[in-house]
Amino acid sequence: MATRVGIVDIAMTPGAESKDNFLDQVYKVTKEVLDKAGIKRADVGTVISAASDVFHGGMSCANSYYWDAGGAFLKNGSRQDGESLFAFIYAVMRILSGSFDTALVLGVCKGSENPENDMLTHFFTDPFYQRQVGLNETVAAALQMREYMDKYGITGEQCAKVVVKNLGNALRNPYAHIKKRVDVDDVLNSETVLYPLKQMECAPKSEGIVAILLAKEDVAKRLTNKPVWFKGYGSSMDAFYLGDRDLLDGQLKQAAKRAYDMAGVSNPKKEIDVAEVCEPYAFQELLWYEDLGFCAPGEGGKLIDSAATNMDGNIPVNPSGGVLATNPYVSRGLYRLAEAFLQVQGKAGERQIDKKVNTALAHGTHGFAGQCHAVAIIGN
Amino acid sequence: MEKKSEYDILTDKVAIPYEIAAGPTWTRFFEGFRQEKIYGTRCRKCKRVLVPARSFCPRCFVDTDEWIEISQEGSIVSWALTEYEYYGMPTKPPFIGALIRLDGTDSNFLHLIGGFDLSDPEFVRKTVKNGMKVRAVWNKEKKGHIMDIKYFEPVK
Repeated sequence: MATRVGIVDIAMTPGAESKDNFLDQVYKVTKEVLDKAGIKRADVGTVISAASDVFHGGMSCANSYYWDAGGAFLKNGSRQDGESLFAFIYAVMRILSGSFDTALVLGVCKGSENPENDMLTHFFTDPFYQRQVGLNETVAAALQMREYMDKYGITGEQCAKVVVKNLGNALRNPYAHIKKRVDVDDVLNSETVLYPLKQMECAPKSEGIVAILLAKEDVAKRLTNKPVWFKGYGSSMDAFYLGDRDLLDGQLKQAAKRAYDMAGVSNPKKEIDVAEVCEPYAFQELLWYEDLGFCAPGEGGKLIDSAATNMDGNIPVNPSGGVLATNPYVSRGLYRLAEAFLQVQGKAGERQIDKKVNTALAHGTHGFAGQCHAVAIIGN
Repeated sequence: MEKKSEYDILTDKVAIPYEIAAGPTWTRFFEGFRQEKIYGTRCRKCKRVLVPARSFCPRCFVDTDEWIEISQEGSIVSWALTEYEYYGMPTKPPFIGALIRLDGTDSNFLHLIGGFDLSDPEFVRKTVKNGMKVRAVWNKEKKGHIMDIKYFEPVK
């Protein structure tokens, strides 16, 4: 690479419902990240936002609405829909192109305003077939969970442990939405949403407005004494019809391989110090462990049993509390990246993991049962 | 404006109508439904039989113009019982969504499982199993619609 791209700083809102106005929230978060970096709006080269406006915001072409609040007025910029980590790589590439010295990445979603996620994800389906038979993200997840449990003997307890771990971690995160100390029984005794899925195993809908400032190497070094470098990225998208896919052999493996290859990671189990993964449904975290190479296929349940992914384990996963604690649907991938950044900088406060973080992984997923995956590797 | 908190809250609802073109492939597929037939298409390159019928193979990216009548029996790959309702839901709960591997095909067909009492989740859990054989049950009146198949029922 001609130059390196550094993450200079981040700002984000807490996930809980706020009665503040959306535009004002976008403005405050954008202003905060610029203030942290000590730059003016005029110094921002380009702005890339991630949003899914129509269903999550009730407004079409809404980037024109929040453009001013995101500091993008009169600037070159673009909006990306779907998995928000895509917005990150687009901004990285804009800097690598040599056209811009800095790029601001925004993820915007005020989940408290939109109806239940299932009602929205129902419209991810085609109108002729899958929508008519009632498919939504939670139905797809329940189908995937049953296959996963059947094929590998993953237990309900192992899935529930993901909730216990992540909500436990969220207690230390001031940005987390759901804060609750729970045990395995609490999870298993929570209401059955879609058998075998329990209510506590499904992510809530949260607010999440996040701003991430990127800069080319020399500028990043000038703006912060602790830039966190972009190391690698990969994404992959599976087929559209749920029935065309093998739900246990998805595209995360491919996305991770591309990211690891770019970052020069050959043994993720050893080289990734902390991972922030996107687990809208608890069991998916176990499946993603396998696809990310943290354990062998079918061993996700054993990995959580071993406590390796706890805060003090060999490979802590979701010290932030993950998506089960905070699910700003559209910006959840960028929230993973923001947390990974804080962990590398050593600025994650009470949820900072207790070892030196050189390399961190951020994962995002969008669509049904992980149709689309993106993986970003950042580090010192 | 409503006063639900310190600040006002505006309540909004958007309902906008669409007309969506089915095109020749869905039209022909649902024509088959009117005659109680399920059609798939075979990819000439990878030889997979895909159902519902479609105009191209997403893997090989070639036209799939070989239409095949598909068996109306298959086995359950996975299933999920939906018991809650939300705005805009076309299928009223309770219903069982399932991925069904119809005999002789290479993809899973998403449809409903039924033909027995769905009101008791415990009974449903005891009755429905992955791998179970099921068969299509048709509605008498046909609309050229995916729900012309009422559901798939367990084969006794």
